[in-house]
Amino acid sequence: MVNQQVKDIILEIIAVVAPDADLSNIRSDVRLRDQLDMDSMDFLDIVMELRKRYKIEVPKEDYPKLASLDSCVEYLGPKLSVASAS
Amino acid sequence: MRARRVQARSESGGVCGAERMTDSERIVITGIGLTSPNGDNVEEFRRSLLGGRSGVTAIQTRFMGRVLAGVCHYDESKYQTKRDRRRGTRAGSIAIYCVHEAVRRADLKLDEVDPYRVGTYLGVTEHGTVETENEIDVIRQYDYDTRYWSHHHNPRTVANNPAGEVTINLGLRGPHYTIGAACAAGNAGLIQGLQMLRLGEVDAALCGGVSEAVHSFGVFASFAAEDALARHDDPTKASRPFDRARNGIVVSEGGCVFVVERLRDARRRRAPIVAEVIGYAMNSDANDPVLPDPDRMAECMRAAIGRAGIEPRDVGVVSTHATATQLGDPREMQAVRHVFEGCGATYVNNTKSFIGHAMGAAGALELTGNLGSLEDGVVHPTINVDDLDPECAMANLVLNEPKQVGRIDVILNNSFGMLGINSAVVVRRSPG
Repeated sequence: MVNQQVKDIILEIIAVVAPDADLSNIRSDVRLRDQLDMDSMDFLDIVMELRKRYKIEVPKEDYPKLASLDSCVEYLGPKLSVASAS
Repeated sequence: MRARRVQARSESGGVCGAERMTDSERIVITGIGLTSPNGDNVEEFRRSLLGGRSGVTAIQTRFMGRVLAGVCHYDESKYQTKRDRRRGTRAGSIAIYCVHEAVRRADLKLDEVDPYRVGTYLGVTEHGTVETENEIDVIRQYDYDTRYWSHHHNPRTVANNPAGEVTINLGLRGPHYTIGAACAAGNAGLIQGLQMLRLGEVDAALCGGVSEAVHSFGVFASFAAEDALARHDDPTKASRPFDRARNGIVVSEGGCVFVVERLRDARRRRAPIVAEVIGYAMNSDANDPVLPDPDRMAECMRAAIGRAGIEPRDVGVVSTHATATQLGDPREMQAVRHVFEGCGATYVNNTKSFIGHAMGAAGALELTGNLGSLEDGVVHPTINVDDLDPECAMANLVLNEPKQVGRIDVILNNSFGMLGINSAVVVRRSPG
Protein backbone atom coordinates (compact mmCIF):
# COMPACT_ATOMS: atom_id res chain seq x y z
CA MET A 1 0.00 0.00 0.00
CA VAL A 2 1.47 3.36 -0.97
CA ASN A 3 2.13 5.95 1.67
CA GLN A 4 -0.56 8.35 0.49
CA GLN A 5 -3.19 5.63 0.73
CA VAL A 6 -2.23 4.97 4.34
CA LYS A 7 -2.38 8.69 5.12
CA ASP A 8 -5.80 8.94 3.50
CA ILE A 9 -7.06 6.05 5.60
CA ILE A 10 -5.81 7.67 8.80
CA LEU A 11 -7.23 11.08 7.83
CA GLU A 12 -10.56 9.45 7.02
CA ILE A 13 -10.67 7.96 10.50
CA ILE A 14 -9.59 11.23 12.13
CA ALA A 15 -12.40 12.99 10.27
CA VAL A 16 -14.83 10.68 12.07
CA VAL A 17 -13.14 10.92 15.47
CA ALA A 18 -12.58 14.69 15.34
CA PRO A 19 -15.32 15.90 12.99
CA ASP A 20 -14.75 19.60 13.72
CA ALA A 21 -11.03 19.51 12.87
CA ASP A 22 -9.58 21.18 9.79
CA LEU A 23 -7.53 18.46 8.15
CA SER A 24 -6.55 20.39 5.07
CA ASN A 25 -3.09 21.41 6.28
CA ILE A 26 -1.99 18.54 8.45
CA ARG A 27 1.79 18.12 8.43
CA SER A 28 2.75 14.48 8.27
CA ASP A 29 5.96 14.89 10.26
CA VAL A 30 4.38 16.65 13.25
CA ARG A 31 2.59 14.91 16.10
CA LEU A 32 -1.16 14.84 15.51
CA ARG A 33 -1.80 15.98 19.09
CA ASP A 34 0.30 19.07 18.42
CA GLN A 35 -1.86 19.99 15.44
CA LEU A 36 -5.32 18.88 16.49
CA ASP A 37 -7.44 19.07 19.60
CA MET A 38 -7.16 15.37 20.39
CA ASP A 39 -6.72 13.47 23.64
CA SER A 40 -6.14 9.89 24.70
CA MET A 41 -9.82 9.00 24.24
CA ASP A 42 -9.61 10.17 20.63
CA PHE A 43 -6.59 7.95 20.04
CA LEU A 44 -8.50 5.04 21.51
CA ASP A 45 -11.21 5.87 18.96
CA ILE A 46 -8.62 5.63 16.20
CA VAL A 47 -7.50 2.26 17.53
CA MET A 48 -11.12 1.10 17.63
CA GLU A 49 -11.78 2.24 14.06
CA LEU A 50 -8.69 0.37 12.83
CA ARG A 51 -10.03 -2.72 14.57
CA LYS A 52 -13.53 -2.32 13.13
CA ARG A 53 -12.56 -1.37 9.59
CA TYR A 54 -9.39 -3.38 9.00
CA LYS A 55 -9.25 -5.90 11.87
CA ILE A 56 -5.91 -4.38 12.88
CA GLU A 57 -4.96 -4.68 16.54
CA VAL A 58 -2.70 -2.00 17.96
CA PRO A 59 -1.29 -3.13 21.31
CA LYS A 60 -0.92 -0.48 23.98
CA GLU A 61 2.86 -0.44 23.75
CA ASP A 62 2.58 0.56 20.09
CA TYR A 63 0.31 3.56 20.64
CA PRO A 64 3.28 5.98 20.32
CA LYS A 65 3.69 4.74 16.76
CA LEU A 66 0.41 6.46 15.86
CA ALA A 67 1.77 9.85 16.90
CA SER A 68 2.14 11.41 13.44
CA LEU A 69 0.98 10.61 9.92
CA ASP A 70 4.52 9.62 9.00
CA SER A 71 4.82 7.23 11.92
CA CYS A 72 1.37 5.85 11.07
CA VAL A 73 2.55 5.14 7.54
CA GLU A 74 5.60 3.35 8.83
CA TYR A 75 3.70 1.32 11.41
CA LEU A 76 0.36 0.73 9.72
CA GLY A 77 1.48 0.47 6.11
CA PRO A 78 2.50 -3.21 6.28
CA LYS A 79 -0.52 -4.09 8.44
CA LEU A 80 -2.93 -2.39 6.04
CA SER A 81 -1.31 -4.15 3.09
CA VAL A 82 -1.92 -7.47 4.77
CA ALA A 83 -5.46 -6.46 5.67
CA SER A 84 -6.30 -5.36 2.13
CA ALA A 85 -4.80 -8.52 0.67
CA SER A 86 -6.80 -10.86 2.91
CA MET B 1 -60.46 37.49 45.23
CA ARG B 2 -57.93 34.81 45.89
CA ALA B 3 -55.06 37.05 44.89
CA ARG B 4 -56.16 39.76 47.27
CA ARG B 5 -56.51 37.25 50.07
CA VAL B 6 -52.96 35.91 49.64
CA GLN B 7 -51.59 39.41 49.42
CA ALA B 8 -53.57 40.62 52.41
CA ARG B 9 -52.51 37.75 54.60
CA SER B 10 -48.92 38.25 53.62
CA GLU B 11 -49.12 41.87 54.55
CA SER B 12 -51.01 41.27 57.77
CA GLY B 13 -48.91 38.71 59.47
CA GLY B 14 -46.83 36.58 57.18
CA VAL B 15 -49.19 33.62 56.93
CA CYS B 16 -47.45 32.58 53.72
CA GLY B 17 -44.40 30.48 54.60
CA ALA B 18 -42.11 32.50 52.38
CA GLU B 19 -43.05 35.65 54.23
CA ARG B 20 -41.60 34.23 57.44
CA MET B 21 -38.23 33.86 55.75
CA THR B 22 -35.48 36.33 55.13
CA ASP B 23 -34.58 37.25 51.57
CA SER B 24 -31.54 34.96 51.85
CA GLU B 25 -33.82 32.03 52.60
CA ARG B 26 -36.43 32.77 49.94
CA ILE B 27 -35.64 31.05 46.66
CA VAL B 28 -36.56 32.36 43.23
CA ILE B 29 -36.32 31.19 39.64
CA THR B 30 -34.46 33.70 37.50
CA GLY B 31 -34.03 31.88 34.21
CA ILE B 32 -35.41 28.87 32.36
CA GLY B 33 -33.98 26.91 29.45
CA LEU B 34 -35.90 24.09 27.87
CA THR B 35 -36.39 21.84 24.94
CA SER B 36 -39.61 19.93 24.53
CA PRO B 37 -41.28 18.12 21.64
CA ASN B 38 -43.34 21.24 20.90
CA GLY B 39 -40.98 24.08 21.70
CA ASP B 40 -37.35 24.93 22.38
CA ASN B 41 -37.86 27.95 24.60
CA VAL B 42 -40.37 29.12 27.19
CA GLU B 43 -42.37 31.31 24.82
CA GLU B 44 -42.64 28.77 22.01
CA PHE B 45 -43.59 26.06 24.50
CA ARG B 46 -46.30 28.21 26.04
CA ARG B 47 -47.66 29.18 22.62
CA SER B 48 -47.93 25.52 21.72
CA LEU B 49 -49.76 24.72 24.95
CA LEU B 50 -52.25 27.54 24.43
CA GLY B 51 -52.56 26.78 20.72
CA GLY B 52 -53.30 23.07 21.13
CA ARG B 53 -50.13 22.01 19.29
CA SER B 54 -48.96 18.50 20.14
CA GLY B 55 -45.34 17.48 19.77
CA VAL B 56 -45.94 13.75 19.44
CA THR B 57 -44.84 11.98 16.26
CA ALA B 58 -44.17 8.46 14.99
CA ILE B 59 -40.57 7.23 14.98
CA GLN B 60 -38.80 3.99 14.20
CA THR B 61 -37.07 2.29 17.10
CA ARG B 62 -34.75 -0.71 17.30
CA PHE B 63 -36.53 -4.07 17.22
CA MET B 64 -40.00 -2.54 17.60
CA GLY B 65 -40.47 -0.53 14.42
CA ARG B 66 -43.02 2.28 14.60
CA VAL B 67 -43.68 3.78 18.01
CA LEU B 68 -45.14 7.10 19.08
CA ALA B 69 -42.78 9.51 20.78
CA GLY B 70 -42.06 13.10 21.67
CA VAL B 71 -38.82 14.12 19.97
CA CYS B 72 -36.98 17.41 20.46
CA HIS B 73 -35.55 19.54 17.66
CA TYR B 74 -33.32 22.03 19.47
CA ASP B 75 -30.18 23.32 17.77
CA GLU B 76 -27.62 20.74 18.89
CA SER B 77 -24.72 22.70 17.44
CA LYS B 78 -25.50 25.91 19.31
CA TYR B 79 -23.42 25.10 22.37
CA GLN B 80 -21.50 21.93 21.47
CA THR B 81 -19.03 20.77 18.84
CA LYS B 82 -19.70 17.66 16.81
CA ARG B 83 -16.87 15.96 18.69
CA ASP B 84 -18.41 16.74 22.06
CA ARG B 85 -21.76 15.36 20.94
CA ARG B 86 -20.11 12.25 19.51
CA ARG B 87 -18.34 11.55 22.78
CA GLY B 88 -21.19 12.51 25.06
CA THR B 89 -24.81 11.52 25.47
CA ARG B 90 -28.12 12.86 24.21
CA ALA B 91 -29.08 13.63 27.81
CA GLY B 92 -25.84 15.57 28.23
CA SER B 93 -26.49 17.49 25.03
CA ILE B 94 -30.03 18.34 26.09
CA ALA B 95 -28.78 19.43 29.50
CA ILE B 96 -26.07 21.64 28.00
CA TYR B 97 -28.56 23.34 25.69
CA CYS B 98 -31.03 23.95 28.51
CA VAL B 99 -28.41 25.25 30.94
CA HIS B 100 -26.98 27.71 28.42
CA GLU B 101 -30.44 29.00 27.60
CA ALA B 102 -31.40 29.28 31.28
CA VAL B 103 -28.21 31.11 32.21
CA ARG B 104 -28.64 33.52 29.30
CA ARG B 105 -32.22 34.28 30.26
CA ALA B 106 -31.26 34.75 33.91
CA ASP B 107 -28.66 37.25 32.74
CA LEU B 108 -26.20 35.35 34.92
CA LYS B 109 -22.64 36.16 33.86
CA LEU B 110 -20.77 32.95 34.59
CA ASP B 111 -17.42 34.64 34.02
CA GLU B 112 -18.27 37.07 36.82
CA VAL B 113 -19.35 34.50 39.43
CA ASP B 114 -17.26 32.09 41.48
CA PRO B 115 -17.42 28.84 39.47
CA TYR B 116 -17.08 26.88 42.71
CA ARG B 117 -20.36 28.39 43.97
CA VAL B 118 -22.57 27.19 41.11
CA GLY B 119 -24.20 23.80 41.60
CA THR B 120 -25.70 21.58 38.89
CA TYR B 121 -28.50 19.25 39.99
CA LEU B 122 -30.37 17.42 37.25
CA GLY B 123 -33.16 14.94 37.72
CA VAL B 124 -33.15 11.77 35.65
CA THR B 125 -35.62 8.93 35.49
CA GLU B 126 -32.79 6.64 34.45
CA HIS B 127 -29.47 7.07 32.73
CA GLY B 128 -27.32 4.68 30.74
CA THR B 129 -30.04 2.58 29.17
CA VAL B 130 -29.64 4.22 25.76
CA GLU B 131 -25.87 3.98 25.75
CA THR B 132 -25.85 0.36 26.90
CA GLU B 133 -28.33 -0.66 24.22
CA ASN B 134 -26.20 1.09 21.60
CA GLU B 135 -23.05 -0.75 22.66
CA ILE B 136 -24.78 -4.10 22.67
CA ASP B 137 -25.96 -3.35 19.15
CA VAL B 138 -22.36 -2.58 18.13
CA ILE B 139 -20.87 -5.79 19.52
CA ARG B 140 -23.78 -7.76 18.07
CA GLN B 141 -22.31 -6.85 14.66
CA TYR B 142 -19.00 -8.41 15.74
CA ASP B 143 -20.34 -11.68 17.10
CA TYR B 144 -20.54 -10.20 20.61
CA ASP B 145 -16.77 -9.69 20.77
CA THR B 146 -16.35 -7.30 23.69
CA ARG B 147 -13.18 -5.82 22.19
CA TYR B 148 -15.59 -3.71 20.17
CA TRP B 149 -17.26 -2.29 23.29
CA SER B 150 -16.49 1.44 23.44
CA HIS B 151 -14.13 3.06 25.92
CA HIS B 152 -16.72 5.87 26.01
CA HIS B 153 -19.26 3.58 27.65
CA ASN B 154 -18.32 4.27 31.26
CA PRO B 155 -18.12 8.09 31.07
CA ARG B 156 -21.36 8.06 29.11
CA THR B 157 -23.22 5.88 31.58
CA VAL B 158 -22.03 7.03 34.99
CA ALA B 159 -25.11 8.31 36.75
CA ASN B 160 -23.84 11.88 36.96
CA ASN B 161 -23.26 12.07 33.19
CA PRO B 162 -25.71 14.80 32.08
CA ALA B 163 -24.77 17.11 34.96
CA GLY B 164 -21.08 16.36 34.54
CA GLU B 165 -21.19 17.17 30.83
CA VAL B 166 -22.71 20.53 31.79
CA THR B 167 -19.85 21.37 34.15
CA ILE B 168 -17.23 20.44 31.56
CA ASN B 169 -18.96 22.47 28.87
CA LEU B 170 -19.37 25.57 31.02
CA GLY B 171 -16.29 25.28 33.23
CA LEU B 172 -18.35 25.06 36.43
CA ARG B 173 -16.49 23.78 39.49
CA GLY B 174 -19.24 23.57 42.07
CA PRO B 175 -20.99 20.31 42.97
CA HIS B 176 -22.75 18.40 40.25
CA TYR B 177 -24.80 15.25 40.24
CA THR B 178 -28.02 13.84 38.98
CA ILE B 179 -30.98 12.97 41.12
CA GLY B 180 -32.41 9.59 40.21
CA ALA B 181 -36.05 9.98 41.06
CA ALA B 182 -37.98 8.09 38.39
CA CYS B 183 -40.57 10.39 36.87
CA ALA B 184 -40.58 12.70 39.88
CA ALA B 185 -37.05 13.72 38.91
CA GLY B 186 -37.82 17.11 37.38
CA ASN B 187 -39.36 18.34 40.61
CA ALA B 188 -36.65 16.58 42.62
CA GLY B 189 -33.92 18.44 40.75
CA LEU B 190 -35.54 21.78 41.50
CA ILE B 191 -36.01 20.82 45.15
CA GLN B 192 -32.36 19.79 45.41
CA GLY B 193 -31.24 23.13 44.04
CA LEU B 194 -33.46 24.99 46.49
CA GLN B 195 -32.14 22.98 49.42
CA MET B 196 -28.51 23.52 48.49
CA LEU B 197 -29.13 27.27 48.30
CA ARG B 198 -30.77 27.28 51.71
CA LEU B 199 -27.87 25.26 53.13
CA GLY B 200 -25.50 27.86 51.75
CA GLU B 201 -23.65 25.28 49.67
CA VAL B 202 -23.91 27.29 46.46
CA ASP B 203 -24.94 30.77 45.32
CA ALA B 204 -26.71 29.65 42.14
CA ALA B 205 -28.25 26.32 41.27
CA LEU B 206 -28.78 24.98 37.76
CA CYS B 207 -31.50 22.47 38.38
CA GLY B 208 -34.37 20.63 36.74
CA GLY B 209 -34.46 17.45 34.72
CA VAL B 210 -33.58 15.78 31.43
CA SER B 211 -34.67 12.75 29.42
CA GLU B 212 -33.22 10.89 26.45
CA ALA B 213 -35.68 8.02 26.79
CA VAL B 214 -36.91 7.93 23.18
CA HIS B 215 -33.54 6.54 22.12
CA SER B 216 -34.01 3.38 24.18
CA PHE B 217 -36.15 0.61 22.76
CA GLY B 218 -36.21 -0.92 26.22
CA VAL B 219 -38.23 1.90 27.71
CA PHE B 220 -40.89 1.47 25.01
CA ALA B 221 -40.77 -2.33 25.21
CA SER B 222 -41.20 -2.37 28.96
CA PHE B 223 -44.25 -0.11 28.85
CA ALA B 224 -45.63 -2.25 26.02
CA ALA B 225 -45.08 -5.36 28.13
CA GLU B 226 -47.29 -3.93 30.86
CA ASP B 227 -49.85 -2.80 28.26
CA ALA B 228 -49.09 0.81 29.08
CA LEU B 229 -47.63 2.10 25.80
CA ALA B 230 -49.88 4.52 23.94
CA ARG B 231 -51.26 3.56 20.53
CA HIS B 232 -53.25 5.72 18.11
CA ASP B 233 -53.49 6.18 14.34
CA ASP B 234 -52.94 9.91 14.84
CA PRO B 235 -49.78 10.45 16.92
CA THR B 236 -50.99 13.86 18.11
CA LYS B 237 -53.97 12.21 19.78
CA ALA B 238 -52.07 9.37 21.42
CA SER B 239 -51.37 11.05 24.75
CA ARG B 240 -54.81 11.42 26.29
CA PRO B 241 -54.84 11.59 30.07
CA PHE B 242 -58.31 11.46 31.64
CA ASP B 243 -59.97 10.25 28.43
CA ARG B 244 -61.91 7.03 28.74
CA ALA B 245 -60.07 5.61 25.69
CA ARG B 246 -56.56 6.37 26.99
CA ASN B 247 -54.28 3.41 26.46
CA GLY B 248 -50.91 4.35 27.87
CA ILE B 249 -47.80 6.50 27.86
CA VAL B 250 -46.15 8.35 24.99
CA VAL B 251 -42.42 8.24 25.74
CA SER B 252 -40.66 11.58 25.18
CA GLU B 253 -37.30 13.22 25.47
CA GLY B 254 -36.72 16.74 26.70
CA GLY B 255 -35.09 18.95 29.23
CA CYS B 256 -35.86 21.90 31.43
CA VAL B 257 -33.35 23.67 33.64
CA PHE B 258 -33.98 26.51 36.06
CA VAL B 259 -31.48 29.03 37.34
CA VAL B 260 -32.43 29.28 40.99
CA GLU B 261 -31.06 31.84 43.44
CA ARG B 262 -31.70 33.40 46.81
CA LEU B 263 -34.10 36.31 46.54
CA ARG B 264 -31.46 38.55 48.14
CA ASP B 265 -28.90 37.72 45.46
CA ALA B 266 -31.37 37.97 42.62
CA ARG B 267 -32.48 41.41 43.74
CA ARG B 268 -28.90 42.54 44.30
CA ARG B 269 -27.95 41.78 40.71
CA ARG B 270 -31.34 42.92 39.39
CA ALA B 271 -32.06 39.56 37.83
CA PRO B 272 -35.36 38.90 36.08
CA ILE B 273 -37.40 37.00 38.68
CA VAL B 274 -39.78 34.55 37.06
CA ALA B 275 -41.41 33.04 40.16
CA GLU B 276 -40.74 32.13 43.77
CA VAL B 277 -40.60 28.53 44.98
CA ILE B 278 -42.57 28.63 48.22
CA GLY B 279 -43.30 24.99 48.92
CA TYR B 280 -42.24 21.48 48.14
CA ALA B 281 -42.58 17.96 49.46
CA MET B 282 -41.49 14.45 48.61
CA ASN B 283 -42.59 11.17 50.12
CA SER B 284 -42.84 7.47 49.34
CA ASP B 285 -45.75 5.10 48.90
CA ALA B 286 -43.81 2.21 50.45
CA ASN B 287 -46.28 -0.02 48.71
CA ASP B 288 -46.31 -1.09 45.06
CA PRO B 289 -43.48 -0.69 42.51
CA VAL B 290 -45.81 0.61 39.81
CA LEU B 291 -49.27 1.47 41.13
CA PRO B 292 -49.43 4.88 42.80
CA ASP B 293 -51.09 5.36 46.18
CA PRO B 294 -53.68 8.17 46.23
CA ASP B 295 -53.33 8.67 49.98
CA ARG B 296 -49.60 9.27 49.79
CA MET B 297 -50.01 11.55 46.76
CA ALA B 298 -52.56 13.60 48.68
CA GLU B 299 -50.22 13.73 51.68
CA CYS B 300 -47.45 14.96 49.44
CA MET B 301 -49.57 17.77 47.99
CA ARG B 302 -50.80 18.79 51.45
CA ALA B 303 -47.25 18.82 52.79
CA ALA B 304 -46.06 21.07 49.97
CA ILE B 305 -49.00 23.42 50.50
CA GLY B 306 -48.38 23.40 54.24
CA ARG B 307 -44.72 24.23 53.80
CA ALA B 308 -45.75 27.11 51.56
CA GLY B 309 -47.91 28.40 54.39
CA ILE B 310 -51.01 28.63 52.24
CA GLU B 311 -54.31 26.80 51.94
CA PRO B 312 -55.41 24.56 49.05
CA ARG B 313 -57.88 27.26 47.96
CA ASP B 314 -54.96 29.61 47.35
CA VAL B 315 -53.66 27.37 44.56
CA GLY B 316 -54.76 28.66 41.17
CA VAL B 317 -53.48 25.81 38.98
CA VAL B 318 -52.79 22.18 39.79
CA SER B 319 -50.51 20.75 37.11
CA THR B 320 -51.14 17.02 37.25
CA HIS B 321 -48.65 14.26 36.59
CA ALA B 322 -51.19 11.93 34.92
CA THR B 323 -49.55 9.83 32.19
CA ALA B 324 -52.66 8.41 30.49
CA THR B 325 -52.52 4.97 32.02
CA GLN B 326 -55.78 3.30 32.93
CA LEU B 327 -54.88 2.82 36.58
CA GLY B 328 -52.66 5.81 37.31
CA ASP B 329 -54.85 8.71 36.18
CA PRO B 330 -57.87 8.04 38.39
CA ARG B 331 -55.64 7.50 41.41
CA GLU B 332 -54.03 10.90 41.03
CA MET B 333 -57.36 12.56 40.39
CA GLN B 334 -58.77 10.92 43.50
CA ALA B 335 -55.94 12.52 45.45
CA VAL B 336 -56.41 15.90 43.76
CA ARG B 337 -60.15 15.84 44.48
CA HIS B 338 -59.50 15.13 48.15
CA VAL B 339 -56.95 17.91 48.57
CA PHE B 340 -58.83 20.54 46.57
CA GLU B 341 -62.40 19.68 47.45
CA GLY B 342 -64.49 22.83 47.49
CA CYS B 343 -61.71 25.00 46.06
CA GLY B 344 -63.81 26.81 43.49
CA ALA B 345 -60.98 28.90 42.06
CA THR B 346 -58.48 26.07 41.64
CA TYR B 347 -58.08 24.80 38.07
CA VAL B 348 -56.55 21.49 37.04
CA ASN B 349 -54.73 20.55 33.83
CA ASN B 350 -52.16 18.22 32.30
CA THR B 351 -49.21 18.98 30.01
CA LYS B 352 -48.38 15.41 28.97
CA SER B 353 -51.39 15.47 26.68
CA PHE B 354 -49.27 17.72 24.40
CA ILE B 355 -45.74 16.41 24.79
CA GLY B 356 -46.09 12.89 26.11
CA HIS B 357 -44.14 11.78 29.13
CA ALA B 358 -40.73 13.48 29.18
CA MET B 359 -39.66 11.27 32.08
CA GLY B 360 -36.87 12.98 34.04
CA ALA B 361 -37.74 16.30 32.44
CA ALA B 362 -41.49 15.96 32.92
CA GLY B 363 -41.86 17.72 36.26
CA ALA B 364 -39.71 20.69 35.28
CA LEU B 365 -41.28 21.05 31.83
CA GLU B 366 -44.82 20.79 33.15
CA LEU B 367 -44.22 23.40 35.83
CA THR B 368 -42.71 25.71 33.24
CA GLY B 369 -45.59 25.15 30.84
CA ASN B 370 -47.88 26.57 33.48
CA LEU B 371 -45.75 29.49 34.68
CA GLY B 372 -47.15 31.64 31.89
CA SER B 373 -50.51 31.64 33.67
CA LEU B 374 -48.98 33.85 36.38
CA GLU B 375 -48.68 36.48 33.66
CA ASP B 376 -51.63 35.89 31.37
CA GLY B 377 -54.22 34.40 33.72
CA VAL B 378 -54.88 31.58 31.26
CA VAL B 379 -54.86 27.90 32.18
CA HIS B 380 -53.66 25.71 29.34
CA PRO B 381 -55.91 22.74 28.73
CA THR B 382 -55.55 19.00 28.80
CA ILE B 383 -56.07 18.08 25.16
CA ASN B 384 -57.37 14.89 23.55
CA VAL B 385 -60.20 14.41 26.03
CA ASP B 386 -63.11 13.37 23.82
CA ASP B 387 -64.85 11.26 26.42
CA LEU B 388 -63.95 12.22 29.97
CA ASP B 389 -63.53 9.24 32.27
CA PRO B 390 -65.92 9.85 35.18
CA GLU B 391 -63.24 8.52 37.53
CA CYS B 392 -60.97 11.35 36.43
CA ALA B 393 -63.57 14.09 36.49
CA MET B 394 -63.56 17.01 38.86
CA ALA B 395 -64.72 20.60 38.87
CA ASN B 396 -62.46 23.02 37.01
CA LEU B 397 -60.63 20.37 35.04
CA VAL B 398 -59.64 22.40 31.98
CA LEU B 399 -60.32 20.34 28.87
CA ASN B 400 -59.36 20.85 25.23
CA GLU B 401 -59.48 24.66 25.19
CA PRO B 402 -57.50 27.15 27.25
CA LYS B 403 -59.45 28.89 29.97
CA GLN B 404 -59.10 32.54 30.90
CA VAL B 405 -59.61 32.56 34.64
CA GLY B 406 -58.25 35.95 35.68
CA ARG B 407 -55.34 36.43 38.00
CA ILE B 408 -53.40 33.36 39.12
CA ASP B 409 -50.90 33.64 41.96
CA VAL B 410 -49.94 30.09 42.89
CA ILE B 411 -49.23 26.89 40.93
CA LEU B 412 -48.82 23.41 42.37
CA ASN B 413 -46.92 20.95 40.19
CA ASN B 414 -47.23 17.21 40.76
CA SER B 415 -44.64 14.71 39.64
CA PHE B 416 -44.77 11.06 40.63
CA GLY B 417 -42.77 8.00 39.69
CA MET B 418 -42.23 4.27 39.91
CA LEU B 419 -41.33 2.64 43.18
CA GLY B 420 -43.79 5.02 44.80
CA ILE B 421 -41.87 8.29 44.70
CA ASN B 422 -44.06 11.39 45.00
CA SER B 423 -43.24 15.06 44.69
CA ALA B 424 -45.06 18.36 44.63
CA VAL B 425 -43.69 21.85 44.13
CA VAL B 426 -45.54 25.09 44.86
CA VAL B 427 -44.54 28.35 43.19
CA ARG B 428 -46.08 31.78 43.25
CA ARG B 429 -45.76 34.90 41.17
CA SER B 430 -42.57 36.87 41.34
CA PRO B 431 -42.18 38.96 44.47
CA GLY B 432 -40.64 41.58 42.19
